[in-house]
Amino acid sequence: MAATVRHALTDPLFNNNPIALQVLGICSALAVTTRMDTALVMSIAVIAVTALSSLFVSLLRNQIPTNIRIIVQLTIIASLVIVTDQILKAYVFEISKQLSVFVGLIITNCIIMGRAEAYAMQNPPSLSLIDGIGNGLGYGLILMVTAFIRELLGSGSLFGAQVLPLAAEGGWYTPNGLMVLSPSAFFIIGGLIWALRAWKPEQAEAD
Amino acid sequence: MLEAYLSLAVKAIFVENMALAFFLGMCSFIAVSRKVDTAIGLGAAVIFVLSVTVPMNNLIYQYLLSDGALAWVAPGLGAYDLSFLGFLTYIGTIAAMVQIVEMTLDRFMPQLHAALGVFLPLIAVNCAILGASLFMVQRNYGLAGSAVFGFGSGVGWALAIVALAGIRERLRYSNVPAGLRGLGITFILTGLMAIGFMAFAGVQL
Repeated sequence: MAATVRHALTDPLFNNNPIALQVLGICSALAVTTRMDTALVMSIAVIAVTALSSLFVSLLRNQIPTNIRIIVQLTIIASLVIVTDQILKAYVFEISKQLSVFVGLIITNCIIMGRAEAYAMQNPPSLSLIDGIGNGLGYGLILMVTAFIRELLGSGSLFGAQVLPLAAEGGWYTPNGLMVLSPSAFFIIGGLIWALRAWKPEQAEAD
Repeated sequence: MLEAYLSLAVKAIFVENMALAFFLGMCSFIAVSRKVDTAIGLGAAVIFVLSVTVPMNNLIYQYLLSDGALAWVAPGLGAYDLSFLGFLTYIGTIAAMVQIVEMTLDRFMPQLHAALGVFLPLIAVNCAILGASLFMVQRNYGLAGSAVFGFGSGVGWALAIVALAGIRERLRYSNVPAGLRGLGITFILTGLMAIGFMAFAGVQL
């Protein structure tokens, strides 16, 4: 039992990462990664929604009629996202403004729907909760690494605090302008996937 | 007036491309871009659904959800602001519209339904569809504006996925490093395409 719980939590980090291997939830993973603070808030929001939606779907799994299960799952997820959005607006208004539509897009984040459908519908609530947290963490991990690279190289700072002194302000670092633009996110994720698959060759695709 | 809409369409198709500038609809963008034929099918379905759902959600927002919108039902209801229900309503509308579109096509245009059929259910959870509705609300487009915006973003998304599928078909004959095959190289390709599309950024109409 303890081993199952540990696997449910740690497998999604490297062995079965939702972004790098399952190709889920990339939609919002890239747009919020220009700065670390937005990425952190986004990760926390996704972890919370994935965990709670898995929990609730799992609690209701014996009551949900099979042929309308998608709409029931969507309703649960959308309600949780509304709550998350209201909380973000109330406590971290500045960041929620920067996240703009991407908080709403958590609804269509395939990770959440995917876990509800693939895991929570068959497993008991406690395991589903852990699985939701694990997948949220796996998503958050990629998000934070991408944001770390993009913010450090793109503006020489981490969490908004200047780490590399900029050339414009008398320091030595000339920021890489490409890093704050959208294409760099694709390159970094591509590179991360390459690194992960070089480390764990069994994940490579035959194609 | 007409120029404003033309400029909005060009902006939605090229400059602020849903897939390449906002990363929306990435899941199916990566998963369904192996063959040009299927990419065209999905692209057409996305254009279709976006052109229907964005104006639809615009009407719902204007007359039901926004601050004071309910005043036309009864003056007393003007005090309510239901915009927090937005997410739930838009996704519901999208799911319902996709279902209706599918049934209508099946009944009246069976050929088109056979071509788009398998892609329609996938679209309900495509981030690009919900994203377009959320952008529409955030940017305060009118009814005509949102119709143009919905159509334009659909065309932009379809253009991007068909182009990517074309490149990936070619790529089958290249020798890609083992760890980069499949997903990895697709991301790097998309990045290069995004750089290409950035060339449109200065376009002003």
